[in-house]
Amino acid sequence: MSGQVLKVENATMQFGGVVAVDNLNLEINEGEIVALIGPNGAGKTTAFNVVTGVYQPTNGAVWFQGEKIIENHPQGKMKKMYKGEHAGEYSHVLAPTPDKITKLGMARTFQNIRLWKSQTVFDNVLIAKHCRATSNVMSATFRFNRKEEMRQRQNVEELLKIVGLYEERDELATSLPYGKQRRLEIARALAAEPKLLLLDEPAAGMNPQETDELTAFIGEMRDRFGLTIFLIEHHMNLVMGISDRIYVLDFGKLIAEGTPAEIQNNQRVIDAYLGVADDA
Amino acid sequence: MTMQKKKTIFTTVVLAALLAACVIVDLTLPSFHIAVTVIKKATVYALVAASMNLLNGFTGLFSLGQAGFMLLGAYAYGVLTIPVAKRASVYQYFDGGAIQFSLPEIFAGFLGDGVGGVVGMLAALLVGGILAALMAYLIGLPVLRLKSDYLAIATLGFAEILRAFFQWNALGPITNGSNLLKSYPTFSKATPYVVLAGVMIAVILLLINSTYGRAFKAIRDDEVAAEAMGINLARHKRLAFVISSFFAGIGGGMMAMYMGTIAAAPFKSSLTYEILLIVVIGGIGSISGSVIASFLYIFSSEWLLRGLDSGEFLGISAPGLFKNGFRMAVFSVIIMVIVLFFRRGIMGDKELPDLLDRRERKHKKEAAGK
Repeated sequence: MSGQVLKVENATMQFGGVVAVDNLNLEINEGEIVALIGPNGAGKTTAFNVVTGVYQPTNGAVWFQGEKIIENHPQGKMKKMYKGEHAGEYSHVLAPTPDKITKLGMARTFQNIRLWKSQTVFDNVLIAKHCRATSNVMSATFRFNRKEEMRQRQNVEELLKIVGLYEERDELATSLPYGKQRRLEIARALAAEPKLLLLDEPAAGMNPQETDELTAFIGEMRDRFGLTIFLIEHHMNLVMGISDRIYVLDFGKLIAEGTPAEIQNNQRVIDAYLGVADDA
Repeated sequence: MTMQKKKTIFTTVVLAALLAACVIVDLTLPSFHIAVTVIKKATVYALVAASMNLLNGFTGLFSLGQAGFMLLGAYAYGVLTIPVAKRASVYQYFDGGAIQFSLPEIFAGFLGDGVGGVVGMLAALLVGGILAALMAYLIGLPVLRLKSDYLAIATLGFAEILRAFFQWNALGPITNGSNLLKSYPTFSKATPYVVLAGVMIAVILLLINSTYGRAFKAIRDDEVAAEAMGINLARHKRLAFVISSFFAGIGGGMMAMYMGTIAAAPFKSSLTYEILLIVVIGGIGSISGSVIASFLYIFSSEWLLRGLDSGEFLGISAPGLFKNGFRMAVFSVIIMVIVLFFRRGIMGDKELPDLLDRRERKHKKEAAGK
């Protein structure tokens, strides 16, 4: 139960002179719900993009289930511009594309919903099963994979029942109300059979009631699928209500880490959010 | 499930009716009749349009290389099927050419003249398709990193280069340089074209409705989401490109059959534009739309509007106005009207059996209203 699922080690993401994520270190253990919070522009989504392979970090490494999956060190032009530390510690370059990382068992949702617009609710979830399909093009085209296809369809139907979207399965994804689109994105991520689920602002744009529902929903999914969850969120109700631990980023730097109670009383966090009184 | 059954029955009936109509046309009309020509040309165009739709409509890769892959298929077919005895006269400027065998004759050797000949022709088509697919793989390595317009320009350029390359004199012993390839066997009836193209289009449809087809559509709708959900972009784009080119190659071979002679000249970019036009008119993302549109397009351009070029149309005789080229002017107007009023094409992104859905939904709505 206490195995380490994700470990981000000295990760730095530098775009030219801008250091979006500065020497980030974090660990997530199995079964935990861990939140990453911080003011706007703190580098939260960048951190997500580094972990999921969208960006290649300038320096540092990412470990997933005890295996090093991403590693990089400053090269070429970045060698001169690199401002962080630990540059000499990484010698290999390991840069899998996002699809490979998803296959390893990480799935994510997006800050601004990215559903497949012309597809139905059912197909949106079914397509996410594609990465678990074992058939090649030939066998899929000529229907030698019928068993697998049937099993996947059944799985998707079950999943839709669990997340409460079964009634809407034949509707276009974009015709769903906003809250349900968010829920569908989570369902789609779950269809990829992840160990670690990454949620990028799942409650963005939701009212308090919807947020409460979502909070309950995330907890339920964690228990049902044995997930570990890593989420970015601004709704403090959700974050404080659900997280086991919280990391706080500010200007790309980790400024605090701890349980919700510790974070609420942390002076640096309060300063970062509210600003420091200028009473010199 | 009953809806599914209804659709299957509907599709079967439509296909059977079309095939029967084609057989009747073949039996009653001579093979040089304009109806037979229209069916042949339209089936070839339908196949190529379907292959282009697979790439442009379903995978969202805007490629304009179709004519190039058709050219490969056409040449492969011609080069491999010209009877050995006739090679001396076809390749008269190149000492009878470098290739001294003919697939239909080889297969006729152990399968008999009738069956062997046909098997040889099919084998030549297949070789054309495979060559086009191989070429697509190689081209795809650098080109598929490009997006939208850039991809279109690169593939268009490739097709033009290929056309020039095939007219190169040094390749004469194989391609006959800028001279015609001719005297190869063809199907004179329309039914073989319909059956062949029908089978190929059916395979395309099967692919589109498989897990890979769904992945293609995901890439078209949102690449970032598709990659995040475990779809390998590079691999799937290459796959779509190679498969689409394979069918374009086969379509090119059939085009060679239909035309009776092969030269590089007809495989200009205007051919690609014609196909693109058909895809747009039929509906980007609808295979049945592509098929319907290609029949409409070929029917009107080859038959219906023919009179506009030759002095008399719909009983009106006006040799002064209805001169060569007027047909294309009228045609452009029609196309503009279609694009303006059927903005998503004839079929949108629906297939023919989906029309039953709409009726069903209407019924449901009426029932709910009462």
